[in-house]
Amino acid sequence: MSNRIDVKKTYKLYINGAFPRTESGRTYEVKSAKGAFIANPCLASRKDLRDAVVAARAAHAGWNKATAYNRGQILYRIAEMLEGRRAQFVDEIMQVTGVTKVKAEKEVTDSVDRLVWYAGWTDKVASLAGSTNPVAGPFYNFTIPESMGVVAAIAPETPSLLGFIDVVAPIITSGNTVVILASTKAPLSAMTFAEVLATSDLPHGVINILTGKKEEIAPWMASHMDIDALDISGLPAKLHAETKVAGAENLKRIHSFKSADPGRIIAFMEAKTVWHPIGL
Amino acid sequence: MSFYGLVDGSDASLKSYLNNLSGVDQVGAEARAAMLATRSIKTSAKRWAIDTAITMVDLTTLEGADTPGKVKALCTKAVRPDPTDSTVPSVGAVCVYNDMVSVARTHLDLIGGQHVPVAAVSTAFPSGRASMAVKIQDTQDAIDAGAAEIDMVIDRGAFLAGRYIDVFNEIVQIKQVCGDKAHLKVIFETGELVTYDNVRKASFLAMAAGADFIKTSTGKVAPAATPPVVLVMLEAVRDFYELTNTRIGVKPAGGIRNTKDAIKQLVLVNETVGPEWLNPKLFRIGASALLNDLLMQRMKMDEGYYSSPQYVTMD
Repeated sequence: MSNRIDVKKTYKLYINGAFPRTESGRTYEVKSAKGAFIANPCLASRKDLRDAVVAARAAHAGWNKATAYNRGQILYRIAEMLEGRRAQFVDEIMQVTGVTKVKAEKEVTDSVDRLVWYAGWTDKVASLAGSTNPVAGPFYNFTIPESMGVVAAIAPETPSLLGFIDVVAPIITSGNTVVILASTKAPLSAMTFAEVLATSDLPHGVINILTGKKEEIAPWMASHMDIDALDISGLPAKLHAETKVAGAENLKRIHSFKSADPGRIIAFMEAKTVWHPIGL
Repeated sequence: MSFYGLVDGSDASLKSYLNNLSGVDQVGAEARAAMLATRSIKTSAKRWAIDTAITMVDLTTLEGADTPGKVKALCTKAVRPDPTDSTVPSVGAVCVYNDMVSVARTHLDLIGGQHVPVAAVSTAFPSGRASMAVKIQDTQDAIDAGAAEIDMVIDRGAFLAGRYIDVFNEIVQIKQVCGDKAHLKVIFETGELVTYDNVRKASFLAMAAGADFIKTSTGKVAPAATPPVVLVMLEAVRDFYELTNTRIGVKPAGGIRNTKDAIKQLVLVNETVGPEWLNPKLFRIGASALLNDLLMQRMKMDEGYYSSPQYVTMD
């Protein structure tokens, strides 16, 4: 018989490389597929969103300036760290969503593979989306895709880990920084993934993770003037229209996707055209 | 000179006066400042606090790289902090190096900013390491160029070595140069004075010597205007008012970068010296980045969504 008291994990937010509790002090219950209590993650407020945006904005200059090669290395490093903690993720996915072990293992494997895939895209996307343009004058004319800045995102409810990575990886591949709201019912994989990020040499503030309610946070994401784009893949379809209207004030680019696709990287980039004179 | 009857101007009387001041309860001061920082200021009170804080900002640029263009841009911002909203008040003053005073004064007068005074940092700012003749000339230059406020630094080396009378006499002499043409703010550089007892001593020393304002820091040394240091200075000002019936101003400077920090300072003022001090004549905040955050918070309150630094000027 053991008298040892369980050491339970407190699931907190991930903002600017730290794990703060929500500013609001609120939590909600996460239950297993069978209805048993699992954890009390933070119910993030709009102030947590604001803090996360400040962190993401501050991180953008450095992450955007990092070489594509370096961003690829870090994405690959995230994949390595995730691979090393495979068992913990499998357990959490099974516990929260009630899927079989085979399915949970496949989700983690796919997640690792997806990260490696995006790691490969960092130094290739510019040649895919960029171009040299024929112009009627003595100029070299290039179109160069660049990151937009701060992108906010809402992860789909399921699959809780793979869906999260499918949203977040393409956004940071090009040099954007991100504030992402994790799955409401199954936020544990996202918060454990934050621990992976914290040990992956990812600069603080590049990925910031909130847990909470979509309908509470999404309108503030849409209206926030310092967010440049929004991925609403995880937002229920009935809320898409009003979110797009709310995001129109600062011409926010708002997209949603169904599958992994290099188009997800390009959607959160903007083109800069350079006219370089010949013969000077 | 009478020095409010507190000291007679001699080394012995100053030493005995300062050494007999009550000590500061360090733990108590930190706990009280931390407790006051938890006050929640919302809605109409926050709106009032933001506008009041804007009127108290000494909009500052003290860089070796300051150009006339940058100073002019700063002056324009000081008069109309938000060009899209005429209800935003002008700031308390523009604070620049000595050689930029005439640039600032001329530009302010040109754009309808006659009501915004120019403050000049003086007496070999920021180190204070120069001869008295140089310090007096430095101050005279600033006043001749149109400075209405002089931010002088004390000789921290003399203070820490216990030569209080040297510091005292410097302040007295600079005050004479200022006369009735300029307000005198005395900068302690609290980060270099180390203890709260020293801050309290320096506060009484400066007030007795004729300072109109006491100011925490140059902005070049960290820590600067921490809430406990400001609390200690405010308490000195309160005690001085009880002794002499004279209201001395306080100016925290350095490290106050966002609205939350500024509102914490206003709470300290209100709770320590009272609402009479919630006035740019008696309380100023030396800052540069703070103003943008105040403007963004103001926009948020008006428009209902979070603003972006893209919608305020950069400097």
